[in-house]
Amino acid sequence: MGRYVIRRLLQMIPVFIGSTFLIFFMVYTLGDPVAALFGDKAPDPATAARIRQELYLDEPLWKQYLHYMGQILTGDFGTAFNGQKVTELMSNAFPVTLRLTLVAIVFEIVVGIVLGVLSGLRRGRSVDTSVLLLTLVVVSIPTFVSGYVLQFLFGVKWGLVPPAVSPEAPVDELILPGVVLGLTSLAYVTRLTRTSIAENSRADYIRTAVAKGLPRRRIITRHLLRNSLIPVVTFIGTDVGALMGGAIVTERIFNIHGVGYQLFQGILRQNSPTVVGFVTILVIVFLLANLLVDLLYAVLDPRIRYA
Amino acid sequence: MPESLEPQDAITPAGGGAMSLATSEAETLEKGPPPSGGVPTGRPRSLWSDAWQDLRRNPVFVVSALIIVFLVLIAIWPEMIASGNPLQCDLAKAQDGSAPGHPFGYDAQGCDVYTRTVHGARASITVGICATAGATLLGSVLGGLAGFFGGWWDALLSRLADIFFGIPIILGGLVFLSVVTSGSVWPVVGFIVLLGWPQISRIARGAVVTARQNDYVQAARALGAGNGRMLLRHIAPNAVAPVIVVATIALGTYIALEATLSFIGVGLKPPTVSWGIDISNASVQIRNAPHMLLWPAGALSITVLAFIMLGDAVRDALDPKLR
Amino acid sequence: MRGVARARWVVCALSVALVASGCGGGGSSGGSGVVRASWGDPQNQLEPANTNEVQGGKVLDMIFRGLKRYDPRSGAAENMLADKIETSDQQNFTVTVKDGWTFSNGEKITSKSFVDAWNYAALVDNKQKNASFFAYVDGYDKVHPTSGTATAKTLSGLSVKDDRTFTVKLRTKFSTWPDTLGYVAYAPLPAAFFENHAAWLKKPVGNGPYLVDSYDKGSSMKLSKWDAYPGPDKAQNSGVELRVYTDNNTAYTDLQAGNLDLVDDIPSAQLKNVKNDLGDRYINQPAGIIQTLAFPMYDPAWSKSGLEKVRRGLSMAINRDQITDQIYRKTRTPATDWTSPALGDKGGYKAGLCGDACKYDATAAKKLIQDGGGLPGGRITLTSNVDTGSHRVWMDAVCNSINNALGNDRACTVNPIGTFADFRAQTTEQRMTNPFRSGWQMDYPLIQNFLQPLYYTDASSNYGKFSDPKFDNLVDEANAESSADKANAKFQDAEKILAEQMPAIPLWYQNGSAGYSERLSDVTLNPFSVPVYEQIKVG
Repeated sequence: MGRYVIRRLLQMIPVFIGSTFLIFFMVYTLGDPVAALFGDKAPDPATAARIRQELYLDEPLWKQYLHYMGQILTGDFGTAFNGQKVTELMSNAFPVTLRLTLVAIVFEIVVGIVLGVLSGLRRGRSVDTSVLLLTLVVVSIPTFVSGYVLQFLFGVKWGLVPPAVSPEAPVDELILPGVVLGLTSLAYVTRLTRTSIAENSRADYIRTAVAKGLPRRRIITRHLLRNSLIPVVTFIGTDVGALMGGAIVTERIFNIHGVGYQLFQGILRQNSPTVVGFVTILVIVFLLANLLVDLLYAVLDPRIRYA
Repeated sequence: MPESLEPQDAITPAGGGAMSLATSEAETLEKGPPPSGGVPTGRPRSLWSDAWQDLRRNPVFVVSALIIVFLVLIAIWPEMIASGNPLQCDLAKAQDGSAPGHPFGYDAQGCDVYTRTVHGARASITVGICATAGATLLGSVLGGLAGFFGGWWDALLSRLADIFFGIPIILGGLVFLSVVTSGSVWPVVGFIVLLGWPQISRIARGAVVTARQNDYVQAARALGAGNGRMLLRHIAPNAVAPVIVVATIALGTYIALEATLSFIGVGLKPPTVSWGIDISNASVQIRNAPHMLLWPAGALSITVLAFIMLGDAVRDALDPKLR
Repeated sequence: MRGVARARWVVCALSVALVASGCGGGGSSGGSGVVRASWGDPQNQLEPANTNEVQGGKVLDMIFRGLKRYDPRSGAAENMLADKIETSDQQNFTVTVKDGWTFSNGEKITSKSFVDAWNYAALVDNKQKNASFFAYVDGYDKVHPTSGTATAKTLSGLSVKDDRTFTVKLRTKFSTWPDTLGYVAYAPLPAAFFENHAAWLKKPVGNGPYLVDSYDKGSSMKLSKWDAYPGPDKAQNSGVELRVYTDNNTAYTDLQAGNLDLVDDIPSAQLKNVKNDLGDRYINQPAGIIQTLAFPMYDPAWSKSGLEKVRRGLSMAINRDQITDQIYRKTRTPATDWTSPALGDKGGYKAGLCGDACKYDATAAKKLIQDGGGLPGGRITLTSNVDTGSHRVWMDAVCNSINNALGNDRACTVNPIGTFADFRAQTTEQRMTNPFRSGWQMDYPLIQNFLQPLYYTDASSNYGKFSDPKFDNLVDEANAESSADKANAKFQDAEKILAEQMPAIPLWYQNGSAGYSERLSDVTLNPFSVPVYEQIKVG
């Protein structure tokens, strides 16, 4: 077990190098960011050349990359175009997005699993049908729309929460955005739980448990749920990263200055230090989340062992 | 026992014969699994042909298949039910409600919403089906191999997936799709497959890791079954459920993802018509003209519904415990 | 199972928090008398000569005053720190600075404050994005060579005579040059700017009616009234809190919810509801911004003779009235020339200079395009970036209008580009082979600013590489005229050449739009579509 974890952690090194280079290369292929800094006016060639020189943009790609990696090893992630250190951007953005992601995940786990268990146990009943309809609505109405509608209803119509999140982004202000962010994933979690529950409720061990006369609640939580959670846990593992980096729309709607926003801004302004820095951290989050998921497999299903 | 020798009359419609913990335990015990009756005639059929026999008689499957056939027909011949030109727009009628001959009203550019919804099926269904098929195929093969063999295979394939996970959709879209100017659906499909497979592969890997531990798989291995036989006969049928669930929902999100790509200027471009483009245009106008959103989003819902039902039916058919 | 119990606890905690926050209302700051206004994250560091977009410009307009200031209502350039600016030959100017002005840190403002600031801005080593504004001054080519290092540190055209006087020698005659001096790049800078640059950037010090209290990059800036401000336009409120919004729709929603006082960019999707939501607390007035579609005149397919008919025909195929009504709810005005009504008569604006070529006439358009030999290649595409400014909507509408006029639904298609940087790179490298968007926001309210940088041969922002000797001559003559009226007449003659040649199709003049809360009164927008913060009253 310990050796397995160490091996997995060591695998981060090649992934780190691979993903930084890939993202660096991708931002590079987007083209020259300097021209856009001049707005509607044509860039002044002399000034543009100086800015390029300062940003190492006049060097070949491999040199730029080596220079950047050299910087990173000394803890310097570079600077955004407005003069802000990328490390500063990250230390502002990641805690906010982390809270937002936690709210979204708690929401999708709690609501998703409850709805999934209910509809899995009562397949074909009205609960099941309503959950299916909810899934359809969530999948086919873009976050953009659900976000604005909920923001308008809660923020303006009923005045329950402020429509925009303040820069400090305390958890209570992040509940509505978190719910909006988690909606699509809720559909996945619900359906996955439902299917798993439906499948396992016919397994022999459940029949045995029922025959033994165990209380219903105990059967559901200890036997049925535990054995049904593996696909759900896998999905949530893949979702953590997607939620953190992909909250662009939600963060825009609720004016949250988090990872999605900084990443979006960095991409549009083609600022490679910002983009590479943020994506690198995100990839590490994926790796840790997936490692955690793999370890959870062993907890949920003792037959799975890691050497 | 995965290879069922039971007769085919024991099909269970969704919910009907399923053991329900919500009902009393006595009832549960009474119902149980259907008793095996009848005598197998001739050669035992494989699990897959069993499943097909099951499916053909499952009303859920028949209904969803009919809807899908209908949608595909519309995608091929939209003129069948909408003779108008989706590109003919009159700005003077922008956002107007329904009018004679234009039951769904007009969008922000004054185009007929009904005609555009019908004609949008082609691009959206193509993107939905092809991207889902591609991502599911690639994802479940790679994920399945990673889960089945473990070790180096797993490390390599899983870490590759991690790197792909890291690519932000917008960055990927701008890099891979901005060079394409044709507005054709295939680059979009390819792109979605490229970014969609890691998720399916994680799910498939997780499912295979679990299924691999089952006693019958160990037994099959002890009996000397080859890797290929084990994967296809014993593991795949038991690992397929979560993949189907994720794939059917992903179909909907992929169609919607196409809207995001169009929104940032790298997705489908006019003269191509798609639900995604219309949904993203309508999103902005939700307060003024909700009908603009209702119809393309409704069409997308029906498509997703049909595939979710289809997925459920296929899953049920593949589940030997249901028989 | 313990996990379930824990999860249930979390749900309870969350719902309690939800209710609590609902009862407590929004945690908004902003004391009495403070205007809470929407803001966008400035793209560059907040140096006067390095700020070329509206969001940074807003702040600089609050904390800086230059030699001239554009009247917030009329746009006319009026003396602010300048006592007088004199010339006898339209080329050598003597500037006298008013006595009694200081920076907010107490430092006296002298002629040196200006000359040092301008030398800093022009020197290529300082990488200031507005350096090209000093290209009119003699010696610019030494401090800012097109390539290589600077051979001089200061502009030879500038010299300090005494504490209150300095002289400026221009490279060529430019009669209206003093009127450009209201632009923020010409602001004076305190010694602190040069001595401790990093500290200054964190908390800029200027000489305007407001002081910067705190600047939290990427999220907010708090400014308060400078009580000792020596100028006539003292702040009427106790301060301004600028809040960064990443989406103007959210700012609008926050305004509706009462958490924000001023939104200076109403999202186009809300324009239909704005009267309903805000009543008369909504401003919609002309600003010095025009949108055009430029043709790639460097491409022979578009510039060969006879094609001016096609270009004019395309212009006539665009139903500007309908698009500005239906898409923009009259927050754009159909353009009838290449400048802006925000200039006013004094600034040289004259409606209708484009003539029939900017009037919608589908039949005439079709005929003209046929006479000119048809569209190059049989079809056209319109190109613009779509990451800012919701350009996609009008591009679709313009294409539909052209397609309807030509009776061919594939004649015109849109070519959206994902990022502004990519779009700008494609235009500067002349990779466009079809019409592309060309927007212009004026730097100073002079007709010259709308024409010379855009259509003069090889001018800095002449992306289509339009070149016409008659046009160039008229501009040169206009700049040499001693009176503004005569200069304007020449510039207007030059516009008539644009009407014949149609190197760019004028689409519409963009208005500034703003909405404000019931707390505020006396809210106005200046001709640059920026709120006049110092005049706003709270309460």
